[in-house]
Amino acid sequence: MIPFEPIRLFAFGGFNVPIVISLLIIGGGMLWLLIRSLKAKEVDRRIVFVFIFAAVSAPLLFEITFDETATPIVKGVFEKIENMPERSRIVIAFDFDPAMAPEVQPMANAVIRHALAKNHRLIFISLWATGQALMDKTISEIIPAEFPQKQDGIDYVSLGYKAGNEGVLNVIVSNVKKMFPTDVNGVPLTDIAIFNGVRSMKDVDMVMAVGGGKPGPKEWVLFVGDAPGGPPVAVGVAAVVAPQMYPYYPKQVLGILGGIKGAAEYESELLHNYPRFAEQDTPGLRMMGPQTLAHVVIMAFIIFGNLAFFIGGRHKEKRL
Amino acid sequence: MKRSSLLVLAVVVILFAISWILKANQLSATEENYILEAFLITFAAFLTLSVLSFLYKDNPFYKFAEHLFVGVSAAFWMCLGFWSTLVKNLIPRLSEGLSEFFNEPYMPGDYNFFFWIPVILGILLLMRLSKEHGWIARWPLAFIVGTTAGLNFVRYLRSDFIEQISATFVPLLIEWQGVGHFFSNFNLAIDGQFVMMLSNWVIFVGVMCGLIYFFFSKEHTGVFGTASRVGIWILMITFGASFGYTVMGRISLLVGRLTFLFKDWLGLIS
Repeated sequence: MIPFEPIRLFAFGGFNVPIVISLLIIGGGMLWLLIRSLKAKEVDRRIVFVFIFAAVSAPLLFEITFDETATPIVKGVFEKIENMPERSRIVIAFDFDPAMAPEVQPMANAVIRHALAKNHRLIFISLWATGQALMDKTISEIIPAEFPQKQDGIDYVSLGYKAGNEGVLNVIVSNVKKMFPTDVNGVPLTDIAIFNGVRSMKDVDMVMAVGGGKPGPKEWVLFVGDAPGGPPVAVGVAAVVAPQMYPYYPKQVLGILGGIKGAAEYESELLHNYPRFAEQDTPGLRMMGPQTLAHVVIMAFIIFGNLAFFIGGRHKEKRL
Repeated sequence: MKRSSLLVLAVVVILFAISWILKANQLSATEENYILEAFLITFAAFLTLSVLSFLYKDNPFYKFAEHLFVGVSAAFWMCLGFWSTLVKNLIPRLSEGLSEFFNEPYMPGDYNFFFWIPVILGILLLMRLSKEHGWIARWPLAFIVGTTAGLNFVRYLRSDFIEQISATFVPLLIEWQGVGHFFSNFNLAIDGQFVMMLSNWVIFVGVMCGLIYFFFSKEHTGVFGTASRVGIWILMITFGASFGYTVMGRISLLVGRLTFLFKDWLGLIS
């Protein structure tokens, strides 16, 4: 990937051609729009879409990305996993669907890699029917390839999907086997090593709830984390839901991975501490290039719109 | 159908076929079912572009993708409701014969007479399909509303009310040893004294002013009015932050779709 270093853009012999071309095209177009706005001329909404498309496509095609530093709210999750004793049991909830996956799947991947690298044990669970397929795909893509020594039932287990929404959480907080008599492969929980000594969710060491709808991370906090004797809960949520989760931090949740920015920060922290993952795909970090450029374009449009509004004299028009 | 519409349809069909052939050719070296795989990727790309075409203007391709999505979703959730709720959750606890029929492990230890109650309520819900006896469906609906409210009441009261009030009681002076000490050790570190105290003050002032804004038993004038206006600013900043997060979420989804188009379909990025 090409790191974005503004100083290098115009340094003799060292500037980055794709980045400069992208910026020239987008910047030139924006300048034209600014002039048009100042003349109080209408700008078709489809032109806005074209700019957003260009701002998202260019960093993807030229693999432009940015460095990220983990904020305390993300570090809280990372450090909890990092500092727990080996063989701790972590529940990873896949409460999302393919539509939400671009945002939250990178979080799940990074947390799984981190937890397995620390030799923790993972229990996968989903309250969303669409989550099970994504969970199976994640397990089959990451564990055999990157952690071939890890064994199903000993180092990780998938309980699959269970219908019942919050009702499922309400039961497993006091008795897991009542809701999940077997794992996803039909093996009774009594025969699975991970569940030795685990009666309820209160017996696991941590819950990492990844999702963004209902039931989702919020329900894990309400029904499991806040239950008397409940395990600490960390959440990885879609950006739309992140503001709703902030009031729970730091008392009710360990940390929040909010949207793709949270995922990128976690990936950055993981790469910093575990260079062995440098060869793995880091979709969170990869998506921050398009995110940044798209945000710059959106902010520019907001400024242009306001300039046109005030300079064009429309603010003087009487409103109903 | 207009001639121009037919022309567009023909172009799309030809482009689809070309894309399918090229993709199949590309996948033939690595995939066993490369023709089907190529079709699925091409069709997914077609649907993505059809949905995005709405940004230009409403059109039949968008309508097709929209209706396909609605239809498939409805069927998917209906089947899922049957197999995951009735077959997986209920039948193994009620009937050995039906469990064998559906190839589900029978759970005789879990049998409970009360499981028949949701069966009866579930059947009553279907009475809504009848014009004459539709009112009966209100009874199970009332049961659902009542139990959900009851279950959630305790959780929300604890987590969203008591815990939140408790979280608002934050120290406004942290490690305070006098003004001189504060300024001599002043720094902007995120875990420093100043930033932590500022955060706690923002929480305190934000909550108080937000509550005052929603307090309508006293006229919003004087100091009370000022606090109310600060409250509305706090609310606006909160809505702005929410909107910012929403924009980030939508851009992420767009990045996800464009990554699919550039990587899986066109093979432009690795």
